[in-house]
Amino acid sequence: MAKVSSLLAAELKQSEEFNAEACFHCGTCTALCPLGYKIIPRKLFREVMLGLEEEVKESVPEIYSCLLCRMCEEYCPAEVHIAENMRYLRKYVNKKEFKLL
Amino acid sequence: MPLPIGPVLGILSDNLRKRGSVLPLSRRKATGWSMGLNIPHGGETVLYTGLMYQLIPSIEALAGMMALFENSAITRLFGVGRFANRFINLSFFMAMTVSREMSRENDQVLRNIAGMLKLAGVEFGYLYDQELYSGALIFDEGMDESFGAHARRVFNMFHKNGVRSVITVDPHTTNMLRDVYPKFIPNFDIEVNNYMEVLAEKGLPVIQAQNKELVIHDSCVYARYEGIIEQPRTLLSKAGVTVREPELAGKSTHCCGGPIESLFPTKAHEIAVNRINQLKEKGENIVTMCPICQVNLRKAAGEGCTISDISDTLAKAYLS
Repeated sequence: MAKVSSLLAAELKQSEEFNAEACFHCGTCTALCPLGYKIIPRKLFREVMLGLEEEVKESVPEIYSCLLCRMCEEYCPAEVHIAENMRYLRKYVNKKEFKLL
Repeated sequence: MPLPIGPVLGILSDNLRKRGSVLPLSRRKATGWSMGLNIPHGGETVLYTGLMYQLIPSIEALAGMMALFENSAITRLFGVGRFANRFINLSFFMAMTVSREMSRENDQVLRNIAGMLKLAGVEFGYLYDQELYSGALIFDEGMDESFGAHARRVFNMFHKNGVRSVITVDPHTTNMLRDVYPKFIPNFDIEVNNYMEVLAEKGLPVIQAQNKELVIHDSCVYARYEGIIEQPRTLLSKAGVTVREPELAGKSTHCCGGPIESLFPTKAHEIAVNRINQLKEKGENIVTMCPICQVNLRKAAGEGCTISDISDTLAKAYLS
């Protein structure tokens, strides 16, 4: 059974720019991403919004390999701040996992 | 084993906090490009290099090491390495294989830019060894507290020198100062212009037209973060260059892979190969405007393909 953390989304929502909840999973970002990952970032955003902290931690390599190139954002119909959201996930992992500030 | 993200980022962050830069850079390497140019010290407007072009050879040397370490047993030692790096500057030894040729080439980029700005009648100074790195890498990796503290140091550097306006030379430094610093420093009041914006507005006369075709590779940060798309095309076209556009250009430009070179070298190379193949469809002579794009694409380019910084062609047209 998945373990839900209410703190995850609450902590990330401290930034007004973090707007993963705007994603409606159309897949445009996935199709455009130069990395070619099949599920990122939309699956990741869904996990964040559901508070699935363990699943998010499993995606650490994907979180840090985002190029922040904004190709996905250029065509995102929901205007999700994808690159900034990914950077905020890094900030969260840095603090929680790596003890980096 | 993949490279351990936490310890690698920890080393870079420790370096910025303790040593003022993510990687070591001697005073001579930081300011050597300006020798003989007689640029005044300080002033209301300064050319701010953000040390990017000067740091690239060290970043490349480090990335080369990382590519060797990736998937090797050495990755287990990075935690110990981070601890030791607090006392001995380990990245200094890691970056000992710096390419002198690359350093010379990047110094020339800065000399060309300064020369064109002078010719355009722009009055500017330079902060020489007081200049600090912008902290872009630390921000991108989400270490906001370390970045914020460093950004305040950079702002104080400008403030105590009476700087009101800066001219930047690369996309990452431009973006940091123009869009990111104001979010961390509420009273940030420095005007930020990129050298291509300044030169495009000033309109230098062409001395020697460059009758050649160049395939343009837009930097993601210039194009999508800063909207700098037309200026390089205007400068190249006026210089006599026929600009060839790849299918993915301008706002739709494709990344070079460079941003993940230190942590995921294999993936970075795959992306560079994809981009090179797209660019080669339009020609073998490619022009870049970011030092990170240039080095990463070069590693994927193969023989017969040239990749040069835009300032090289512009200097031949406007300075010669």
